[in-house]
Amino acid sequence: MKKSKFLMAALGAVAAVGVSMGSPAVASDSKEPIKLTLHDWTGQLITTKLMGEVLKKAGLNVEYVQADYIAQFAGLKTGDLHVAMEIWETTGRDSMDEATATGKVENLGETGMQAIEEWWYPAYMKEVCPGLPNWEALNECAEAFSTPETAPNGRYLGGPVTWGGFDDERAEALELDFEVVHAGTDAALFAELESAYQRKAPILLWVYAPHWAPIKFKGEWVEFPAYTAECYTDAAWGSNPDMAYDCGKPRGPIWKVAWSGVKDKWPGAYAAIKNFKVSNEEMGAMVAAVDLDGKDLDAVVADWVANNESVWKSWIK
Amino acid sequence: MGFDLRKIGPVAWFWIGAFAVSLVLAQYAKGWSKAMGAKWLMKVPRDLRIPMKKDVSVFMDWLVEGAHFGLFTFKDLTRGLSWLIEQPYLLVKSVLVTGWVEGLGDEAVQHLPPLTWIAVIAIVFAMGYYAKNWKLAALVGGCFAYLAIFGQWQSAMVTLASIAIAVPLGVTGGLLLGIAGYRWQWFNRLLQPILDLMQTVPIFAYLVPILFLFGFGPVSALVATVVYAMPPMVRITILALQGVSPEIREFGVMAGCTGRQMLWKVMVPSAARGLMVGVNQVIMLSLNMVIIASMIGAGGLGYDVLTSLRRLDIGGGLEAGVAIVVLAIALDRLSQAFADRAPPEHMELETRFIRRHPWMLTCVLIVLGTGIAGIFATPFQTYPSVMEITTGPFWEDLVKWINVTFFDQLEAAKTFMLVTFLVPVKRFLLGLPWPWVLVLVTIAGWQLGRFKLALLCFALTLFILVNGLWAKAMVTVYLCGVSVVIAGIIGIPIGILAAQNKQADRIVAAFIDTLQTLPSFVYLIPVVMLFRVGDFSAMIAVVLYALAPAVRYTAHGIRSIDPHLIEAGIVSGCTKRQLLWRIKLPLALPEIMLGINQTIMLALSMLVITALVGTRELGQEVYIALTKADTGRGIIAGVSVACIAIIADRLIAAGSLRAKRRLGLET
Repeated sequence: MKKSKFLMAALGAVAAVGVSMGSPAVASDSKEPIKLTLHDWTGQLITTKLMGEVLKKAGLNVEYVQADYIAQFAGLKTGDLHVAMEIWETTGRDSMDEATATGKVENLGETGMQAIEEWWYPAYMKEVCPGLPNWEALNECAEAFSTPETAPNGRYLGGPVTWGGFDDERAEALELDFEVVHAGTDAALFAELESAYQRKAPILLWVYAPHWAPIKFKGEWVEFPAYTAECYTDAAWGSNPDMAYDCGKPRGPIWKVAWSGVKDKWPGAYAAIKNFKVSNEEMGAMVAAVDLDGKDLDAVVADWVANNESVWKSWIK
Repeated sequence: MGFDLRKIGPVAWFWIGAFAVSLVLAQYAKGWSKAMGAKWLMKVPRDLRIPMKKDVSVFMDWLVEGAHFGLFTFKDLTRGLSWLIEQPYLLVKSVLVTGWVEGLGDEAVQHLPPLTWIAVIAIVFAMGYYAKNWKLAALVGGCFAYLAIFGQWQSAMVTLASIAIAVPLGVTGGLLLGIAGYRWQWFNRLLQPILDLMQTVPIFAYLVPILFLFGFGPVSALVATVVYAMPPMVRITILALQGVSPEIREFGVMAGCTGRQMLWKVMVPSAARGLMVGVNQVIMLSLNMVIIASMIGAGGLGYDVLTSLRRLDIGGGLEAGVAIVVLAIALDRLSQAFADRAPPEHMELETRFIRRHPWMLTCVLIVLGTGIAGIFATPFQTYPSVMEITTGPFWEDLVKWINVTFFDQLEAAKTFMLVTFLVPVKRFLLGLPWPWVLVLVTIAGWQLGRFKLALLCFALTLFILVNGLWAKAMVTVYLCGVSVVIAGIIGIPIGILAAQNKQADRIVAAFIDTLQTLPSFVYLIPVVMLFRVGDFSAMIAVVLYALAPAVRYTAHGIRSIDPHLIEAGIVSGCTKRQLLWRIKLPLALPEIMLGINQTIMLALSMLVITALVGTRELGQEVYIALTKADTGRGIIAGVSVACIAIIADRLIAAGSLRAKRRLGLET
């Protein structure tokens, strides 16, 4: 049996014909597939597929590999995996630093997206607690945010302990009458939000962006005193003279990292990945299209590639 | 049934006293230790700690980077193995999923399509008919049809491909290790603790080193699956070989068998029925691993479950989860049917049976026919997506409805449970001074198993102590303990019911099978929506998962009571109630205890999953270590879980044995 277009269409992602546009920058690149890692959240899938499709346009042989967010560093170090498109300053910093310190993994710079992480409440809570989003209003409505287990203190649902974030310290330093409860995963985190939102019940929790939750649910971030580096290191800074962390959370970039061998093996791809940039707004719109409107992820990516030719052409120059 | 105080022996008095002292200690020990300036009583002092996690990390680094056998490194060896495993995997995958492909990445060119969905369904249908009858054929065919109709085909075939490799590997490895254990006592003794560790150390603990050694991708997932699924095969092999009757052995000797002939032509075939039980276990456990395997690159159904739930697409997660259950049911029933056929010789892949069968021809015709037709009309190759159905929105609406309508009632029930049961138990366990617990555990070991068991209990408890994981270990004991008690309260009556009523038995069996193979993630998210993050949600998940053995062993225990004893009871005029309480339950007690033992094991193995909803125990420690890629920390925490499991297992096994002896069931 010969190869047929039919089968390929049927099999979709598994086998596809390489389109060779052979731009000069990538002529020296290896013909072996460059492996991009996919994780389990939509934004990351979109970022990676965007990069992958652009690399394909540049004539590279691209392969997507399913991998765990943290465990992938094992593969990146050995060269089993090649590129990871989203390492969040806020959640992946430790692993990234540990990996880059070995010299086998390289940081390829920012993706252009900024991770926002902060205490968040649904819009209907503003009626209960009109002083919001100012953080000083939180103590006045602590009771409104309480549950039987925490009353009379309010309940704040923090992220998994592995995310860090210093919420226990923050609550103490700002003398908030809130108990910090940690969710184990972000699925659990947003399950609680969904549940509370369905009932219009009070909830205060850790939300991050880019993510579908702040798009799907109407709400706001609590405004804490703005983050500065001194706030985290110098106890004297801020409203509490004896404790650090009396401010909001830092907003950090989302990084791209790669196996250090990428530079020599695929110099063209290496440059293109370094050039890759998208904004929070663009990404938010795409995530919403997939997760909320139920559109096909590959179609959304293809749309972006078709509509932004000048943007990605400049990456692969 | 009035209690007679004189019936309580000195041992029981000791434990009643110890419990009373514990209650007092839990309440006041903290205050006293502070007053006396002896804080070390509550908190393990730093001087006592031997932080082994650094050493473990260093050792693992050495293993991965430095270990050398002269010509090649340890890593070369594992990578070589990895390559060997990958070849058959790629072959199966190309048959089921990708087709015959040449080239790498997106330059690949497909020469041959994979088996069409119609062909796969026809093949399993034929296997079902061959193994048993039309009914089974319809069942397994229906299971696979579900996969196509609900749009799970592609993922299910990926999962099936990895199962098709993991199971033969696990079975062969288990068989060989089991034979070695049967032959050489010393090897058996060495093997037992390793098997315990393989079964009880959470997989997350050694995921990172496996990734280093076997590379990233499906092979690592396969290796992890085999490690987890193999131990029952080893144990069952040893038991089955020991169970071969001496007559058969003697017959082999008389016929002049050589050692090898004796083993492969006499022993293994005679033990085949028992061995098939092991095969069945390997299949089920491999399917249990699907979710975790998908986290490290196995893809397939596990990945679909994870992504759906991340989007809070409860319906999508459920459908993918049910696809795993359906796959498990099909494989389970098929393998059981083959086992009951008394298979000739030893196990091979099922295809061998087909080859000798007229159905074979039909299948080949369907494979070729639909394959060729598929080139001209896609619906023959891939199930048309317009005909897929989904029940997703229904489930979402259902959860939403329950949430909006019943939240207050659920909340009240939860608060009641927390206040009256969970929180007091937690306070009690965390309030005990560690030396007291150490002493009690050791005494329990002494009473049930004398010096050896006492030493084991002491050493394992000490291991947790010196690694500074005491508080987390106590929370682990609390969460597991509470869940096991509740699982027992629910499971044992269901087991009794199932043993006495055929109709109920069938329903219960189906329910239990589903609970055990449905990935816990699927129900964990709705549970969190209804009960919020915390111990209560974790407890529900653990109870649901660990319920099965309590039911099964109870039912089995009651069913296997010697009917003469029950008749004797009836003759001497027992009422139904007396029959149950005075005869059936006491006689089934050893089995029930084994069931509780298994419940504890399953509860412990769920800890890593419950850490995902925010419990603070050893499972969380393992999980944190994984996300920080801290090998040593993960392994130490994992081994601590294993320590708790082994202590519980040995104590209960010894207790069960004593009970059996007392009842005269075993000498």
